[in-house]
Formats: sequence, structure tokens, C-alpha cells
Amino acid sequence: MELLAIIFVAILANNIVLNQFLGICPFLGVSKRIETSLGMGMAVIFVMTLAAIVTWIVDILLLVPFGLTYLRTIAFILIIAALVQFVEIVLKKTNPTLFRALGIYLPLITTNCTILGVAILNVQAAHNIIETIVYAIATAIGFTIALVIMAGIRERLELANVPGLLRGAAVTLVSAGILSLAFMGFIGIVTL
Amino acid sequence: MATLAQEFSKGVLKENPIFRLLLGMCPVLAVTVTANNALGMGMATLFVLICSNIVVSALRQLIPARVRIPAYILIIATFVTIVDMVMNAYLPDLHAALGIFIPLIVVNCIILGRAEGFARKNGIGRSAIDALGMGVGFTLSLTILGIIRELIGAGSLFEVSVMGAAFQPMVLLALPPGAFITLGVLLGLFNYLFKRMGIE
Repeated sequence: MELLAIIFVAILANNIVLNQFLGICPFLGVSKRIETSLGMGMAVIFVMTLAAIVTWIVDILLLVPFGLTYLRTIAFILIIAALVQFVEIVLKKTNPTLFRALGIYLPLITTNCTILGVAILNVQAAHNIIETIVYAIATAIGFTIALVIMAGIRERLELANVPGLLRGAAVTLVSAGILSLAFMGFIGIVTL
Repeated sequence: MATLAQEFSKGVLKENPIFRLLLGMCPVLAVTVTANNALGMGMATLFVLICSNIVVSALRQLIPARVRIPAYILIIATFVTIVDMVMNAYLPDLHAALGIFIPLIVVNCIILGRAEGFARKNGIGRSAIDALGMGVGFTLSLTILGIIRELIGAGSLFEVSVMGAAFQPMVLLALPPGAFITLGVLLGLFNYLFKRMGIE
């Protein structure tokens, strides 16, 4: 039940993009087409889960026992940067098809603040390893859903007659606001 | 070669990180519920930006080109940790309000962008001025957004009530959707202003 609540809250009620404002850059940058936003979403699900597991292990086994928690930010960002490189190399060697699908999104992920954000949120919430994995996957799914819905909206917006000054980022942000309003409806259905 | 004054002003106007380049949007939307938080976040970013630009510029001959991005991230993360600890010690309320967005300054694209795009090719003085301009542009934009959201969303300004007792705050602006909508509308307004000023 606890895990179900984590999933529901992370995907809908407390959506990482629309409610917590993490990952706005890819949200605005890669949401022009539904296919590219799906690709980005898959890459994020993959990397976020791995990053959450590795940072959790490093935090429990190294940073906390040796009293190095003040190094958390530096350690986590280095782990994430190394992990992304590692995933890129491994995928290239072992699964070229998947690499071709995700490859162009991987370098962008190092500076995607959702990955570092989820790693830190997991530690702050004192999640155990199961909760960490579930939270990371659910958050990444929430990110993908927000991205794909936004891409759908933007494909429609291209055909709409938008006033010149609001064209581009401005009208995208206003539509994101309305989308965020819709997601606020989920708040309060489940309380943690 | 641009003069130092031009180097400074481009960050505030022509290449304003938020309204022109659309970089570093996460903190812009998240912490602008009140003008105080917005100003605090802007100052923290300004400090990290100046320090990292100076160090990157000073070490530009020493950092091998192949490993420059991890090296920059390490430099930035060091200064972010300093800001995190200093803020926690001296401004605990602000630290609690900004929360996770302090460590996340590390992945703010403006800072890595200026290191990669400017500091690694320019001298220390010039890089510091560039960082100052970008940081001031970022702080100003954040504060403008914070003032608007706090004024309409809560009827106060820098936590002082200004709108009188009869004012009914429009709570939407203080909530997450309000952040997107306010920034979108402001972006349109700034598009208009920049066009009037002849900046394309």
C-alpha cells in the first residue's frame, strides 16, 4: 500500500515536471514531437533507475559511515556523469539498436536536474532500497507522461493561430500551466 | 572585441539567460513564490557563477580539453557546496525554503554554459564581468517574477503586506500552474519590449 501511494504520488499528484519543476529544460526542449519525447522518456527511466540505485548504495556505504555527507552534491553529480558515460559505452557495444534509439538523449541527461534531484530526494526522504527503485521508476514515468502530453499539445499548437509575440516558448509555458492545473486535480486523492 | 561595459550589459539585456536564452528554468519556476526566495536564489547562483567562471578561466591552460566538462562540473559543485553550507549556517529559513534547489544549482545550464562558452576562451577579468552580467540578469529576472507572483498571489512584497485588508489574493499565481502562466505571459511581454528596443 505504501509503495502504491509512492507510485501514485510520484506519477500524478506530485509530478516531477509539472509540480516540482525539475527537468524543465528537456520538457521545453525535447517536447516538439511525440516520438522524440518518448525516446527521451525511455532514456530517463533507464538512467534514473540506475543512478538512484548507485547513489543510494554509495550514500549508505560510503558517505554516511565516514561522515562525508557534506560531499553529497559533488559525489552524486560525479556518479551520474560517470554513469551516463558508462551506459553510453556499454549500450554501444552490447545493444546497438537500443543505442541508436537512446544515444542522442544520453549526453543531455547529465545536466537533467531530475536525475540529481531524485537521487537527493531519495536520501532526504530516507527511502530504503525498494522504495528508492520504485520512486525512481515512478518519477521517470511521470516525467515521460508529462513530456508526451506536452508534445501532443505542441503538435496541435503548431497549427493554431497564436499571436506573434507569444509564439514559441511563451505559449508553450502558458499551455504547460494549464496542464499543471489539470494535474493538480490529483492532489489529495492519496495522502502519504 | 567588446568593451567591458558591453560584456556586462549583454547578460542583463541582449543575452538575458531567462527571457532571451531560456536557460536555467527550473529554479525560475520553483522558487519565485515570494520575492525574497527569488532574490536569495539569484544571489546564490550569482556567487557560484562568478567563482566558477574565475576558476575555469584561471585554469583554462591546465585543464585538458577532453576532460573539461567533468572538471567544470567538479569546480561548480565545490562552490555550490560552499553556498549550501554557508546558507545553512547563516540563513536557515531561506535555506529551508529553497530546499533541493540549492544543490541543484550544480546542474543549472547557465553556469556550465558560461564556463564552456565564455570562461574557457577568455581572461580572468573578462570572465568575471561576463559572469557578473549574466548573474545580475538572472537575479533581476527571478526577482521580477517573484515580485509579481507574491504581489498578486499573496498580496505582499518581500513578506510585507502591501495590498490592504480588502485585497483578495489570486492564489493560483502562488501555485505551480501560476509559475508557468506568469512566466509565459512575461516572456511575451519581454518579446514585445525587446522588439521596441530594437534587440532581435
